[in-house]
Amino acid sequence: MAEPLAARLAWNTRAFLMLAGMWVRVSWTYRASFLLMTLASVVITGIDFVAIMVMFTNVDSLGGFGLRDIAFLYGATAVCLGLADLVVGNVERLGRRIRLGSFDAMMVRPVGVLVQVCADEFAIRRLGRVAQGSLVLAWAITRVDVDWDPARVLVTVGMLVCGTLIFTGIFVLGASFQFLTTEGSEVANAFTYGGNAMTQYPLTIYPREVVRALTFLVPVAFVNWYPTLFVLDIPDPFGLPAALQLASPVAAVVVCALAALAWRTGVRRYRSTGS
Amino acid sequence: MSLIEVEDLSRTFVVRRRAGRVRRTTDVVHAVRDLSFDVERGEMVGYIGPNGAGKSTTIKMLTGILVPTGGRLSVAGIDPSRQRVDLTRRIGVVFGQRTTLWWDLPLRDSFDLLRRIYRVDPQRHRRNLDEFTELLDLGALLDTPVRQLSLGQRMRGDIAAALLHDPEILYLDEPTIGLDVVSKGRLREFLRRVNEERQVTLLLTTHDLQDIEQLCRRVMVIDHGSLVYDGSLAGLHARGESTRTLVVDLVDEAAPIEVPGARVTRVEGPRQWLSFPAGASAAPIVASVASGYDVADLSIQEPDIEDVIREIYSRR
Repeated sequence: MAEPLAARLAWNTRAFLMLAGMWVRVSWTYRASFLLMTLASVVITGIDFVAIMVMFTNVDSLGGFGLRDIAFLYGATAVCLGLADLVVGNVERLGRRIRLGSFDAMMVRPVGVLVQVCADEFAIRRLGRVAQGSLVLAWAITRVDVDWDPARVLVTVGMLVCGTLIFTGIFVLGASFQFLTTEGSEVANAFTYGGNAMTQYPLTIYPREVVRALTFLVPVAFVNWYPTLFVLDIPDPFGLPAALQLASPVAAVVVCALAALAWRTGVRRYRSTGS
Repeated sequence: MSLIEVEDLSRTFVVRRRAGRVRRTTDVVHAVRDLSFDVERGEMVGYIGPNGAGKSTTIKMLTGILVPTGGRLSVAGIDPSRQRVDLTRRIGVVFGQRTTLWWDLPLRDSFDLLRRIYRVDPQRHRRNLDEFTELLDLGALLDTPVRQLSLGQRMRGDIAAALLHDPEILYLDEPTIGLDVVSKGRLREFLRRVNEERQVTLLLTTHDLQDIEQLCRRVMVIDHGSLVYDGSLAGLHARGESTRTLVVDLVDEAAPIEVPGARVTRVEGPRQWLSFPAGASAAPIVASVASGYDVADLSIQEPDIEDVIREIYSRR
């Protein structure tokens, strides 16, 4: 009875685009507001990087990294978080959907319920962060001192894919707890937006314990830090194995598997609301 | 095989309560307990019971929203909680108190989105939409965003939405709640038609017993998570020992009327209320009242199903 996995995946992707597209059309009816919000999003996220640039008018390096290197780190994590936030960021509203009962309605439609939660109230203005991060990353790529051989190109592309998946997993994992609490939890945000804020800088500015935590506990270091060490050809400042620099796909798979498990468990244990 | 098969179905909820500052107690609440029933294709079943009796919990298990904690159920040959997404195409669900439509979209766009989500053939969709638009009088509403619709209009929209993909079963949770008498009547007429012409099996929960009287040949009554009655409406009356009431307007005030087979339950000036078993004939009672007293007017009140159900509950 169950469709093959590939067919289901293709269908859910199509359904996501349908639902998200509908929300884009709705927001387009309030054009001025939509454009202003998008612009504001670009500007607000942009201020972040401006702050770093201002800092570099006074110092030459931060944690042993120059401005271009930091731009590479910054751009990578911004693009990854931006893409994850664009696609699954709305999952953090799960608790509200449950309380309002709209989650029940989603459960009786023939589309994966995670897809519906993420696509609901889809906000394309979140592309602002992706756009801004892409600009910084593009600038960094043209400036960093790297011989772009195929391996480095591959790792850079892989970095963006795996980094997006890692943030996606953390978003979903965090939201799954709302099946138990139905309260919007800030815990997940601490790891996603917080993880993004921390990985904007070279991890050399943090104590060793923090870096270990960001590697093995909440593996956001795999979003940009380890692949960047590889691409920029920098030996691990903390003396951790070089293999970690290519281990982002492993981290992404582990995080996403945990997220899928947590989500499934949440749906199976869902209690709905009264009435 | 029946369309819906439910066997010893149970659902418990673990409720943690704070007892004191730190201590917590854990209670197990049995929302539904060992429920068993079958529904055949084409039936219209009324599912009634007081608040918190387990009606919604049952519906939510039948639709796959909630996973049962015990027992077995099958809807159209599907295990709802394991194959929820497969089941969604074969059922329609209307939650009376909240809409399943998109708040910001005009009705027409909501319907079109549903068509694509359910992958309904465009021609069939067109046909269904035309029919529902006419029967539910939706024509003038199609371009209105859902948030601007009145409760009754929205309910009609929701019911059309639940039927657009030709489901075999339609669950309605309080479909007439908050509607005025005229809207209720039209809605019932529509549901009857859907059941007759499209052979859609209907299971509806309601507080409005008129819904049941006018729509359902079969009633299931649930209380404290268990079925206390499953059968015809007439059987429910018999079971509840329901009574009919003869209202007598005498010419003058008088002492309580005494006739065989009936007793006075209330006296208000010249008006008196006599109750007698619903199964008995009213003729001999009317005859003896008319022959023994100066009667200005007579009328008979049919038994109130609400009283019948209250009677059943109170006896448990």
